[in-house]
Amino acid sequence: MIGFVLRRLLQAVPTLLAVVTVSFFLIRLAPGGPFDLERPLAPAAMAALQETYGLDQPLAVQYLRYLGALARGDFGPSFSFRDRGVAEILGHGLPVSMTIGGLALGLALALGIGLGAGAAFRPGRLLDRVVGLGAGLGVAVPTFVVAPLLQIVFGLGLGWLPVGSWEGGAPAHLVLPVLTLALPQAGLLARLTRASLRETLALPHIRTQRAMGLPRRRIARHALRGALLPIVAILGSTAAALLTGSVVVETLFGLPGLGRTFVDGALNRDYTLVMGTVVLVGVFVIGLNLVADILCALLDPRLRIAR
Amino acid sequence: MRPAPHRRQCLAGLAAAALARPAEAAPAGLYRRGNDADPGTLDPHKSSTVAEAHILRDLYEGLLTYDNHGRIIPGCAEACTVSGDGLTYTFTLRERARWSNGDPVVANDFVFSLRRILDPALAAKYAEVLFPIRGAAAVNRGAAAPESIGVDAPSARTLVLTLERPTPYVLELLTHSTALPVHPATVTRFGAAFTRPENLVSNGAYALREAAPNDRVILVRNPHFHAAADVAIPSVAFLPTPDLASAVRRYAGGEIDSLADLPADQMASLRARFGGQVVLGPSLGLYALALDTRRAPFDDVRVRRALSLVIDREFLAQRLWGETMDPAYSLCPPGLDHYRAPPELAGRDALPIDREDEARALLAAAGFGPGRPLALEYRFNASDNNRNTAVALAEMWRGIGVATRFTYTDAKTHFAYLREGRPFDVARVSWIADYSDPQNFLFLLQSGNDTLNPGHYADAAYDGLMRDAAGETDLARRADLLFRAETIVVTDLPWIPVMHTRSKALISPRLSGYRPNLRNAAPTRFLRLEA
Repeated sequence: MIGFVLRRLLQAVPTLLAVVTVSFFLIRLAPGGPFDLERPLAPAAMAALQETYGLDQPLAVQYLRYLGALARGDFGPSFSFRDRGVAEILGHGLPVSMTIGGLALGLALALGIGLGAGAAFRPGRLLDRVVGLGAGLGVAVPTFVVAPLLQIVFGLGLGWLPVGSWEGGAPAHLVLPVLTLALPQAGLLARLTRASLRETLALPHIRTQRAMGLPRRRIARHALRGALLPIVAILGSTAAALLTGSVVVETLFGLPGLGRTFVDGALNRDYTLVMGTVVLVGVFVIGLNLVADILCALLDPRLRIAR
Repeated sequence: MRPAPHRRQCLAGLAAAALARPAEAAPAGLYRRGNDADPGTLDPHKSSTVAEAHILRDLYEGLLTYDNHGRIIPGCAEACTVSGDGLTYTFTLRERARWSNGDPVVANDFVFSLRRILDPALAAKYAEVLFPIRGAAAVNRGAAAPESIGVDAPSARTLVLTLERPTPYVLELLTHSTALPVHPATVTRFGAAFTRPENLVSNGAYALREAAPNDRVILVRNPHFHAAADVAIPSVAFLPTPDLASAVRRYAGGEIDSLADLPADQMASLRARFGGQVVLGPSLGLYALALDTRRAPFDDVRVRRALSLVIDREFLAQRLWGETMDPAYSLCPPGLDHYRAPPELAGRDALPIDREDEARALLAAAGFGPGRPLALEYRFNASDNNRNTAVALAEMWRGIGVATRFTYTDAKTHFAYLREGRPFDVARVSWIADYSDPQNFLFLLQSGNDTLNPGHYADAAYDGLMRDAAGETDLARRADLLFRAETIVVTDLPWIPVMHTRSKALISPRLSGYRPNLRNAAPTRFLRLEA
């Protein structure tokens, strides 16, 4: 197992390098630069800014300089937030996105697996139908529709919850964004759990257990363990996506998370800010996928043997 | 992922929150002020956006400043004398002018600040605003030492400013972010980090308490401010509102006390919901179409006039933009200082059908007609209302047989394309003036000003009039010269003025003292907030 983890960690280095390289050149291919404003700058001011940030250098030089700085853990200065470094901006955004994303992930797992399993054990019954419909809706209705609806109903109509803003992570301010973010994932997980569990329940070893008269509870536990494999497998990327921020949820609720930082950074051609976010998200994706793989191996002995 | 206990705590909190009614009562004395974007910097010399200007106006005070009516009033300076030739301005600073740490504001602080922004090493975006100061342009080009600019401090409370040439709007320039003072000792000590809440020393009505990116900037009353006794609101939180529709919902929920911008496509419903809380006002903005006068057929004034004639500006401004724009028949918006009513486009009062006939005749004379229709590409930066406007323009032009193609991109791409001087047919351009003077609109079309004049319009008579106006000390004669210059623009139409922007705001009934004005200035020190 330790060898497996080490090997995967070593593989992560070239992957990350490839991600950094492709994003570095992609963002620079986008027309316009960080200092193209609706109101154009005087040529002298433009030249001074380019020089200050090393943008007057050939692209290859800029790339090598960036890699060098990155290797030292330096994410560089931001072009659009001129008072701050990229690391500081990411440091502000990450806890926000992780709080919202972490809670949403927990809620989605609880709702999705719980309801999906409930539906799978009693196919065709009322619960199954309700879950099927709810999950379909959760997946199909986009967050930019769900968020305003929740704001209007719970914020403006009933007046139970604030409509937006972060307020240092005050619990009441988290409810609607977490719900918005969790619902589609819960829907997805519920469908996946139901399908996977139905499949597992039809497998010979479960049939044998039934024939041997094992209690339903024990059978359910055995079945669930096998059925969770596909869920754990997608959990890595799902968790990475949730934890690193959703631009729609953050914009609509006015939250200072990473999703907004990333999209604003791209729109502003804030090269270093975009790169910093890409590196961070890349680390999350690689790391969480590794965790998911380890969990899979723990759940399914066959995977361990295969390796 | 977060450790489990934390999550449990949060979930418990969620449950409790859902039971209570937390739609929190506003914290006493905190004015939650919607500001369209997060500030990129709190360094007045690096600033470039309107959202930053609102915050900087509260934090710092220039020699002169604005009140809530947008009038220029004494700031750090209590008196000013001008020499007979209009070249030397002598300011006397207030005895009680103080920095937020208690230091007196002295003339040398302004000398330091003006040298700092003009130093090319700082890479200030808008240093050019200060070029009327003698030697400023040369310093900013790197051709002279910062010490050589025409700014001197003969005594701690006397500041002498020498200009390159008489500039009637110079007092207004001194209210601009670029002319705000920074605290020399802090800037020297902390460098770029002087804007941190723990470091920043400012001289305005407010001092910085907190600045969290994309979240909020909180200012608190500066007890050392010379008029601190008259500042009613103890603290203000500037909240970025990138999504205007959800900002309106937060306003409706009582979480924001005012919004500095509104979704133009929802004006009818906003008026119905909020009535008098929707406040529109004048502003210094222009929405226009630039034509590439370097290339056929847009080098032909008949084509340009035909395109302009059939634009129904009332429809665009009132229907599409929900009256958040005024129809524009001149380049300069009405109401500018040192000017009179601007010259207007011909045909404003003609019947639409007559204008259409005239436009068809002009196109025919230029060689276009049913056999050879004019086809053009309209470039613009995509936003909902720019897109609607483009469709409406195409429809108006279709009436005279013009076929329009659209090329729309994000703002950076659009403005970079124009700045690089690449060819186009018709492109959306906009301008928000820095000061209320016709020069700040008309200089856009001077030849050689290629970054701002993407069509590279060049007209010798126009350039001559602009040069004469720049050297003219008599304000009436200067206004006359500028009027004649603008007459050339509205006849020759290198840019087709379409609309003048208006400021649009939502103002809570709890907030008083907000007066919409041409400068879009609403310093918090003049506002009041009911508990």
